[in-house]
Amino acid sequence: MQAIAFICAVLVIAPLVLVFYHLTRLGFSSINWAFFTQLPKAVGETGGGMGNAIVGTFVLLAEAAVIGVPIGVLGGVFLAEYASSSGISWWIRFGADILNGVPSIVWGLVVYALVVMPMHGASAIAGGVVLGLMMVPMVMRATEEVLHLVPGGYREAALALGISKWKTILQIVVRTALRGIVTGVLLALARVAGETAPLLFTAFGNTHWARNLSQPISALPLQIFDYANSPYDDWHRQAWAGALVLLLLVLFINISVRVLTRERWRTKS
Amino acid sequence: MNAAEATVTKAVPGMKRAIPRVSRFGDRAFQWLTLIMAFSIFVLIVLIGFELFYGARPALEKFGWRFLVSSTWDPVNDVFGALPYIYGTVVTSAIALLIAVPLSISTAIFLTELAPLWLRQPLVIFIELLAAIPSVILGFWGFYVMVPWLHDHIYPVLRSGLGFLPFFRGSDNGPCILSAGIILSIMIIPIITSVSREILRSVPGLQREAAYALGATRWEVTRIAVLSYAKRGLFGAVILGLGRALGETMAVTMLIGNAPYVGTSVFAAGQTLASVIANEFTEATDNLYSSALFEIGLVLLGVTLVVNALARLLLLTFAGPSVKPQQ
Amino acid sequence: MKKNSLSITAVSALILAMLAVSCSKNSGSAAPAPSGGNPSSGQILINGAGSTLDYPAFTKWFEVYAAMDTNVQFNYQSLGSGAGQKQLLNQTVDFGASDAPMTDASMAGAPGKILHLPIVGGGVAIVYNLPGDPKLKLDGATLAEIYLGTITKWNDPKIVALNQGVNLPDLSIIPVHRSDGSGTSFIFTDYLSAVNDIWANSVKKGASVKWPAGVGIGAKGSEGVTGQVRQLPGAIGYAEVAYADQNKIPYAAIKNAAGQFVLPTPDSVSAALATATIPDDFRFSIVNAPGDKTYPIAGPSWVLIYQKQNGDRGKHLVAFLKWAITDGQKISQTLDYAPLPDALQQRELKLLDTVTY
Repeated sequence: MQAIAFICAVLVIAPLVLVFYHLTRLGFSSINWAFFTQLPKAVGETGGGMGNAIVGTFVLLAEAAVIGVPIGVLGGVFLAEYASSSGISWWIRFGADILNGVPSIVWGLVVYALVVMPMHGASAIAGGVVLGLMMVPMVMRATEEVLHLVPGGYREAALALGISKWKTILQIVVRTALRGIVTGVLLALARVAGETAPLLFTAFGNTHWARNLSQPISALPLQIFDYANSPYDDWHRQAWAGALVLLLLVLFINISVRVLTRERWRTKS
Repeated sequence: MNAAEATVTKAVPGMKRAIPRVSRFGDRAFQWLTLIMAFSIFVLIVLIGFELFYGARPALEKFGWRFLVSSTWDPVNDVFGALPYIYGTVVTSAIALLIAVPLSISTAIFLTELAPLWLRQPLVIFIELLAAIPSVILGFWGFYVMVPWLHDHIYPVLRSGLGFLPFFRGSDNGPCILSAGIILSIMIIPIITSVSREILRSVPGLQREAAYALGATRWEVTRIAVLSYAKRGLFGAVILGLGRALGETMAVTMLIGNAPYVGTSVFAAGQTLASVIANEFTEATDNLYSSALFEIGLVLLGVTLVVNALARLLLLTFAGPSVKPQQ
Repeated sequence: MKKNSLSITAVSALILAMLAVSCSKNSGSAAPAPSGGNPSSGQILINGAGSTLDYPAFTKWFEVYAAMDTNVQFNYQSLGSGAGQKQLLNQTVDFGASDAPMTDASMAGAPGKILHLPIVGGGVAIVYNLPGDPKLKLDGATLAEIYLGTITKWNDPKIVALNQGVNLPDLSIIPVHRSDGSGTSFIFTDYLSAVNDIWANSVKKGASVKWPAGVGIGAKGSEGVTGQVRQLPGAIGYAEVAYADQNKIPYAAIKNAAGQFVLPTPDSVSAALATATIPDDFRFSIVNAPGDKTYPIAGPSWVLIYQKQNGDRGKHLVAFLKWAITDGQKISQTLDYAPLPDALQQRELKLLDTVTY
């Protein structure tokens, strides 16, 4: 029985190892300076890079953070500090979990109707909005969880000193839990960084540098999808490289977060 | 009286007067601000529902319930039915669960009951990292690495060995319903495994000890004391995985072959609710066409909301708030 | 604890810095120059979307044209002809491109008058993936049966009969068709409807096709079709000949109306274009054209624009189109597109002069 369970565990992690192996083998040699700094060449011509998509991904993540972090963190504060055990907080928590399960392609449709149609065109704004909204429930739940870990004595001590509650929360509770909140935000960013489906008809893709946020913009996952779907060897090469860069970015955030929160992990297990 | 004052008053009776009333306004404003942000969850849920419903209205009015059972999808003549996509979604998710459930639960058992302690933490991290791989990368890898391998080594064996079943007949295309189901299973295994692991860990040690005391073997302990105790929670974990499988888009779009199909063969190309939106939305030329795609989105939303709600409720009732399901 | 919070601050600072850098890059001045030289900040971006048949031609044109008009930059998304029409109707792009003409019904829903401008002639190559890359000959009836699912093996007697002396394997045929609305599909099904009654009565012609269920797989865009055919042994598909040539994928000679087997080349497509009588709205079809040298699965691809254009943007767009229709043809020819006949070019320039701003 132990052997069977062990084999299952090996099978389960095999895809991770294989994906990483193939991406490295097929993509690593194509990662060079041009890949990061150049624009795509005309279709079917060799050369060029994914500079537009790499910049695009970071622009979209910045927008998403601007939208998702304040809403998520403040909402999490409400759950943990104001409504910890009331019925309404149960419903909000439940709603956030449900919202987390909404398929990303559905988010794309909604933001298309909400932002793209009124603006008469796909844009970096629409792409940022969709990723930002997807972050809200993740950040909210993560924030709430870490705020619960802050000992109640901190709050009571501050309140006893006559500090108003909102200052107590912002200056003492949130600050104490800041590390955990940042962790939650980073994990949420890592998750949306790889999203493709919601960007298909919001950010839309752009083969140039996007010059302002009302223009379409590319993103790494979008360009990987386009290139993977194409017949061109050179694009496949770049798509492997792009996939490797994206995977490394996502894994880097995940692993650093795990390493940095090691203590919590050790005590949990 | 707000919660903070209540705490203080309770702690030091009779002190309420003595507390200086600093920034009542700031307190109120901040509380309202956080409340509004928290309620944005409901706003978003309503907004999603409303936008999809609004977008889908022309199709809802024109086709009614027939939309769900008709298999005609004909953009040229403006006749739309979602059956092939519902079918594709159900079948790929079912295949994914068939593969993922035994693997995930065995792995969770391995992680909590059997594995040497030094191995547990690295394995858990590996599984979490697997969950972090973006869907488009799995799809890309799946199409260029996994599918050719399955096409050369696994599918011919299935056809010759199990060809008497209607599922494994017909020529396989490489990208097909089965390929999509397999990539989906890879994507939901980490979720089911990590939630199951939390569930199994929350089984009280007393359960196990009692079973050992009765002379049960290790396997019997796991089966009787742990698994039967955790049944409900494990079911919740599986349903949570199902919720993810139903709505997954990119990897499926890249591996399923994108042709509407209703039939028994898993070697045929198919199409799911999510993949048809990804494929056709940018070019839905007229109002009714895009409206039909919005209705597909509405169906997908409805199904995933119900499934996720069920999963959360199962997990909550099993374990109370201490188990935190991760997505 | 202390050390950890320090390092997490460092990591988040690093990520924030990357975000900041990418933002400043985005603001314009710091961005590295795209291939056409460093554009000024007041540059106009013109968006287009649609046909994947045209895509290689457009990107090449944009690259060359960037040096001729540095004030304008083009962004083209190859989403399929259906998408080109939709995005134009929704006014989310400045121009659409389609290899299927718009129907009167869909033009009636437009907010203004739409012009059809033939921009290139394209031959739809029948590409395939067979061991040893043999040269195949096919006819319309066989193609129709393959896509109807009645011919399923490469060594089917009907294919063998057309290809005496070619060693055809006992391999399943995987017909690959477009999953999106496509002008290439329109040309292909227009042709199959012209040569096969079963096809004409059951599947019919169209940009969005109701493909026979359970037959073959769908792929997004000409890129997708060519990509799948390249990847899957036994696959057959259809795409503009530029995609086949760029990727060195073999394609079949097709039997034309005169009974000759002809390959898609600029000459054979031009020959088909020359047979057409072109109406004033420029909506016409050239499939199964008469003549010995014509390639039967070919068609014009159109740029779609509103007759009423938006000021400066419109002027830049029209200037580009005039260039593409005339001088640009020599460039697209290097990618194996058929050039537009001179008479047609002149008629189109006249039509473009009717555009108002």
